[in-house]
Amino acid sequence: MITWTPATVMVLGVIGLLAVGLYGLLTVRNLFQIIVALQILVKGAVLALVAAADYVGQLHLGQSLAVTVIVADTVVAVIGMAMAVQVKQHNRTLDVKALGSLRR
Amino acid sequence: MLNLILIVFALVCAIQAVTATRLMRAALWLAGVSALTAILLFRIGAHEVAVIELSVGAGLVTVLFVFAIAIAGEDAMGERPIVPRWIALPATLIAVILFGWMILPVGAGETAAAAGDFSTMLWHERGLDTLVQVGLIFAGVVGVLGLLAPARAPFPVRRAEPLPPLRAEPGAEPVAGQEG
Repeated sequence: MITWTPATVMVLGVIGLLAVGLYGLLTVRNLFQIIVALQILVKGAVLALVAAADYVGQLHLGQSLAVTVIVADTVVAVIGMAMAVQVKQHNRTLDVKALGSLRR
Repeated sequence: MLNLILIVFALVCAIQAVTATRLMRAALWLAGVSALTAILLFRIGAHEVAVIELSVGAGLVTVLFVFAIAIAGEDAMGERPIVPRWIALPATLIAVILFGWMILPVGAGETAAAAGDFSTMLWHERGLDTLVQVGLIFAGVVGVLGLLAPARAPFPVRRAEPLPPLRAEPGAEPVAGQEG
């Protein structure tokens, strides 16, 4: 039986965000939507880092690691968006499946 | 209780962002997830990360999303997924059950106060991470500039001007090969 402590609630939120991000990565076909799903996945990871750091009493360490993750995730999202714009301008589509069939 | 409500709203926003049929709506739902995550981080006590998440996740990334979607347009939304839903859903459920099985139940946790402050941790104890972040941001800016730069030839190509036709001057001996 689950005891509804604040840490348990946070863990459930983390698991939910990770699950929605994973499901999105598996099902979506649009390049921008893939970036959206990746962002949701990383938000779950950031929340997990900070919640775990708070749980063990090392909140500042968790915050420092979370800042690193946020910066890396933002750079990934920005480069992914730039690549998606280039792909759309060159291939007239954002569909991952269509891009796979364009392979020479 | 408030944390539970915030988490439920964040999950609703996340599901809407993944299942949205228009990219602009997906970007706005994602901004909602970021804002709710920032509130959760603030309530945990991670104030600095909450501010960064709110300004970067809900602000900068959303603006860039809207800008990029305005350039690229909407395409390939709501079509059949590559991985069928009857495979994706059980795979996600298995992942959720494994996560829960490994983590839950969660005990009371430590109550020890963290030593030092956030700036000491970020700039001194995790200084290498900060240096890597600076390099990452620089690489990201250079990458985006390279990707969005207009395509052009690496060197300017100058076409050679045609030579004037050869004329034999009066009285000059004919050049070999031009007799006839």
